Parts: sequence; structure tokens; C-alpha cells
Amino acid sequence: MYNFDVVRPTSVDEALSALSQEDAQALGGGQTLIPTLKQRLAMPTTLVSLSGIDSMKGVSVDGGVITVGGATPHAVVAGEVADAFPALAHLAGNIGDPAVRNRGTIGGSLANNDPSACYPSAALATGATIVTNAREIAADDYFQGMFTTALDEGEIITSVKLPVPEKAAYIKFEQPASRFSLVGIFLAKYADGVRVAVTGASNNGVFRWAEAEAALSADFSVAAVEGLSAPSGDDMISDLHGSGDYRAHLVKALTKKAVAQAS
Amino acid sequence: MSKVSMTVNGKAVSGDVKGNTLLVEFLREDLRLTGTHVGCDTSQCGACTIHVNGKSAKACTMFAAEADGADITTVEGMANADGSLSVIQQAFQDHHGLQCGFCTPGMVMTAAALLKENPKPTEAEVRHYLEGNICRCTGYHNIVKAIMAASGQDVSAIAAE
Repeated sequence: MYNFDVVRPTSVDEALSALSQEDAQALGGGQTLIPTLKQRLAMPTTLVSLSGIDSMKGVSVDGGVITVGGATPHAVVAGEVADAFPALAHLAGNIGDPAVRNRGTIGGSLANNDPSACYPSAALATGATIVTNAREIAADDYFQGMFTTALDEGEIITSVKLPVPEKAAYIKFEQPASRFSLVGIFLAKYADGVRVAVTGASNNGVFRWAEAEAALSADFSVAAVEGLSAPSGDDMISDLHGSGDYRAHLVKALTKKAVAQAS
Repeated sequence: MSKVSMTVNGKAVSGDVKGNTLLVEFLREDLRLTGTHVGCDTSQCGACTIHVNGKSAKACTMFAAEADGADITTVEGMANADGSLSVIQQAFQDHHGLQCGFCTPGMVMTAAALLKENPKPTEAEVRHYLEGNICRCTGYHNIVKAIMAASGQDVSAIAAE
């Protein structure tokens, strides 16, 4: 690892000031960034740890919306939303392993936007609002491709607001070595329609499967998905774990499973 | 260099660290607490598992500076006050839950975290919870058995010794 300074501000304002320095980089739980630094794939001069900012931690449920502080670890989310939003608790409780879930945060996951990460699918499927120090960003505008988001330089995700669906399910086909999703489907049914977000599959990161959303909004049944063609595998991730076509097949198979399991 | 202070196994400690000093380096090289092992150094194997404010974490994937003010427990802090083995450690010995022993500090720390959250886990829950701890000797059977035994459950029906 190259050397750098680590600072631990206790407020968002202090963190913003530290991030305004040249080559400063925000540090969430570090479960992706620290391995990246070890490989010398990043060279910040200062890491601004967000773990000391209490106002960015915790979960609250209010009027059908769950608000998760940006620096809240996965294990806390898994515990706090078990009753209010079981599909989200299931997602958070199966990221990585227990030790990773105690450190990794929702803000870190969404800011990184790994194409195989779990959280982006929950944010996109619920039509979440990504709240930063400066503005509120709709999930549909936030995800802009693999490892790319609408965040500006030095902008911090302070919280995420997720509308609680009537029914939801997260089905993760796990890549057993990394425990990232080979393909993951987050299905969320609201009074005004169904949203289906797919992670792990596309070269462009998380996306909504529009055909499935239309079919399921008209008829929320496994049969409605059965009648669809799987999305094209041409632009899907193809690696030693699975071809693009295999991932495309999984998108349809897992969506059916999600409909069957939605609760 | 910056100064960090924390509590490790009940004792207040402090030291000067560089920004890129990992917590596991601070524990092993500055404090000479070499019970916490570094296996993969990529946060996959779990040999460096410790507790930070009562929650398990991989000490190779956390900076010492992030632990400033924290309460840390390592495997050196697991024995009973009189120096005898804790229930979990004794169960690992009784059920041959280790062969080479390299992964054992992490296994013991993860087991302790599990039993704190879930005092009577099922065999499946134990196996799921050990996902982040890799052992290349035992095939896990006796580790699972040791953890089940440490939770006070009958293990006579689980795997072979």
C-alpha cells in the first residue's frame, strides 16, 4: 500500500472540508477500498473515514419509508428492518460474511456501485432516494453504469430512503468464492406497479428489467414471467463463472423464483 | 504518523501509526499480540478475525486509525481470568477442532461472536456463520462440532471425530 493520512471527522461538514483537499477519498467500511489500496489501484493522499460521524448511522422507519444512514453497517440494517422490510434484511444479512457485514456500509456500497453488489438492486427496485450532503437523487438517475454514479467529487451519501413495498423478495445466485451475486434479482411490488432490478448480470451495472415489470404489473404471477423471453445476454458479463447467456437465463429463472417467494 | 489509543483485551494502549498501518499490524508488530494471524491479507480467510466494540471484524481490512477509541478483543483476551481455556477454546481442544491451528484464532473469535448473537445455533447456522473463515485442514466438521458443544448442545450425532 502507498501511504496516506487517515482522518476521522465527527461531522458531515468536517468530512466535506477534508474531502475538498486534493486527492482526498472517502472511506466507508473499507471492505472494498482497503483491498483496492493494497493492490495499489488507488493512490489517495488522504482517506476521510466516515465511521466517526454518528449522524450518518442508524435506521428509522416512518410512514412506509425506511431511512438508513449512509454509514450504517449491513449487520445493523439486517437486524433493524427484519420486521419492517424482510427482503431488505435478507439482502443485508447475506452480503459477504459476518465480519464484513459489521464493517461494510450501505453508503459505501452505493457509492462504489460494483456491478455485482447487492445493495444497488434494492435501491433501484424500491425507487429509493439517495440523500447526499448537497441534494436528493432518485435511484433511477443515480446509477450510471459499472462503478459510475451521479455523485460529484467529494459528495457524501448521508442517508438512503427506501419506500417499503407491499411485497418484495431478493434472490441471489451466489458466486460461492466471492459471495457477490452472480446474478441477483430484487423484486418490489407497490400499489402503482412492480419494479424488478437486476444486479451481477450487466456490463453496465444494475438495471431494471422493463418487460418483466410491465408483465408483472398487469399480472403478478410466475406465469407472467414464464411468457417472456429472457433479456439478451449479448451485453452481459461473461467470465469464468458464467457466460452472458447463462446470466441472462438466470435473470428470468430468478425473477420467477422472486415472484413465487415475494412476501 | 498519528497517535491512536484503544483498549485491547481490557488494557488501555496507545501508539504512533502511519495512515496505512492496518489494525492487524498494530496488534502484531507494535503490541506483539501475535495470536491474531494474517492468512490471506485480502479479507477472505478470516484468520485475523478480532472483535471491535463487541462485533467481529477482519483486522487486515481495517486501519489502526479507524480503531482509535475502540474496545478491541483478540484471541489473547479469550482465556478465563485464571489463565484456563474458555469454554469455546476448551471445546476446540476436546473435539479436535484444529489441526495446524493457523485459522484457529479467527475461528474462536467468530465462534464467540456467533454464540453471543445466537446462543443455541443449529449446525446449518454455524456453517453459514463460518463463511468468512477458511480452514484448509479439518474439513470443518470438528470445528462445527466444537462450536455446537461450546453452546451446550449434544454433539454425539454430528459428524465423526
